Amino acid sequence: MLEVRFHGRGGGGTVVLATLLAKAFFQAGYQVQSFPFFGVERRGAPVEAYLRLASKKILARTGVTTPDHVVVQDQSLIEDIGVTAGLKPGGWILLNCPIPPSDMSAFANHRVAIVDATSIALKNRIGSRTHPIVNTAMIGAFARMMEAPPMDTVIAAIRKEVPSDPERNVAAAEAAYREVRFL
Amino acid sequence: MKQVLEGNSAVAEAVRLARVQVISAYPITPQSHIVEVLSDYCASGKMDARYLRVESEHSCLAALVGAACGGVRTFTATSSAGLAYMHEMLHWTAGSRLPIVMAEVNRALGAPWNIWSDQTDSLSQRDTGWIQLYCEDGQEVFDTTLQAFRLAEWVNLPVMVVTEGFLISHTYEPVDIPEQEEVDRFLPPYNPAFKVDTKNPFTVNSIAPPSIYMEIRHDNAMAMDEVPERFDDVEKEFEVLFNRRYGAVEAINCDDAEIILVTSGTITSTARLLLEDLRDRGEKVGLLKMKMFRPFPVEQVCRALKSAMKVAVIDRNFSSGAGGIFLQEVRAALCNREDRPLVFGYIVGLGGRDVTKAVLEDIYKMTKNSDVPSDKSVWIGLREVKHAIGR
Repeated sequence: MLEVRFHGRGGGGTVVLATLLAKAFFQAGYQVQSFPFFGVERRGAPVEAYLRLASKKILARTGVTTPDHVVVQDQSLIEDIGVTAGLKPGGWILLNCPIPPSDMSAFANHRVAIVDATSIALKNRIGSRTHPIVNTAMIGAFARMMEAPPMDTVIAAIRKEVPSDPERNVAAAEAAYREVRFL
Repeated sequence: MKQVLEGNSAVAEAVRLARVQVISAYPITPQSHIVEVLSDYCASGKMDARYLRVESEHSCLAALVGAACGGVRTFTATSSAGLAYMHEMLHWTAGSRLPIVMAEVNRALGAPWNIWSDQTDSLSQRDTGWIQLYCEDGQEVFDTTLQAFRLAEWVNLPVMVVTEGFLISHTYEPVDIPEQEEVDRFLPPYNPAFKVDTKNPFTVNSIAPPSIYMEIRHDNAMAMDEVPERFDDVEKEFEVLFNRRYGAVEAINCDDAEIILVTSGTITSTARLLLEDLRDRGEKVGLLKMKMFRPFPVEQVCRALKSAMKVAVIDRNFSSGAGGIFLQEVRAALCNREDRPLVFGYIVGLGGRDVTKAVLEDIYKMTKNSDVPSDKSVWIGLREVKHAIGR
């Protein structure tokens, strides 16, 4: 079983990110389970969501405390909270940031991928200029990083589930798929 | 077709496919998504149902009592304080023999304020005359909601389908949602045993003096006694069409088990993982999942537990002064049996605290290493606190 933790801020589509990936992975033949951190959500506050992937029915009904990989939608969270807490050695950290973080010491035991999802979201006019929604770009980058789920299932999930401007979101996912960099 | 759905949406899909005619609800976390989806369905015409907005949970159930007396299929959903506020009307629903179905999403009761999973809300309504069925995942929630209408309308008693805050309600997982035609074959239109009719007026629930009140109560008791058998019948019909079956209880590896864990709700799923591990290590352990709590399936419980030496009842609920509520019921079921096992009780996960596989394994080890159970439930995983109220 694989466990992924997603970090974001309330209102930034973190739960939707985990859910869309669950749906895409399910279409690709995985057993899936996704859920938000069970809290009281407030706009702008740090939030978490989780994804479990397996080849057979997922029975675990507990929190995810030792994820295999983490995804960070908002670079400012790196200083605010411990995004690597419990992360298994060798696990991926996918960061939304334009350039590599100046201090990489916290990630010494992990693999790091970066994607400028904020610019991609702005370029594709997703969300507002002051509050771009980066989750669909992050999904594209995630799919490239993990080599799963296949992009056709990602695109299908976005077209089915994203209520407004699905094609701009598809374009963002595809751009992030191309532009993600592995450090 | 299998789709990835939130647990709350699974309930809403079952209600839509059951062709419910009147829905009344008052929102409360973590239940709200259920009635939000249903309200959308009623507004868009996806469901041909009347959606009643009310000012409180008490009024919500009062409205449904009225609707159900009119002979239509009815549904509501609530949690925690909302259920507590319905308390009086819960008695009225069951006493009136109305087959109302409710989704009850477990959430801790205040004080202190807490929105997370804890069964004390539904279990503290155990004496209201409602059938209670506890579920462990989204598929079971969907299936049980459909079965609940069939069962309720068969025995003319209300059914509470109990799910869990966040652990089911906000968790997305694959759920098989059948087509309308398949559901229609399982669940025919509601044919009420009685309904109020302006052309042939009569009074429902006028005063019942001492000379008749007991007989009416006894009628309720007889209907409730029938439930385990009728539920079995409902499940047989369901299995033919949908190839899934749960049982009032599910006994896993109990026949040769020396120690049996007794669980309900989502803790059961995690316990299934532990059971596999322990069996691989040669431990003679079994698991008894309690789905039906009211009526309490005494026969099935005693049969499943009869050859064990020790039973560990794991409660995510707490009756102050008496301990875990499933523990009380299991002890009571066994008390007159010969060769009954020792019954240990544990309190875990109150107010949504995580119940991990390691927690369950600790409970197994404690039970294995103890010769005599405590009279009280043992609290697991308590943190040290330095202050206390009182002198």
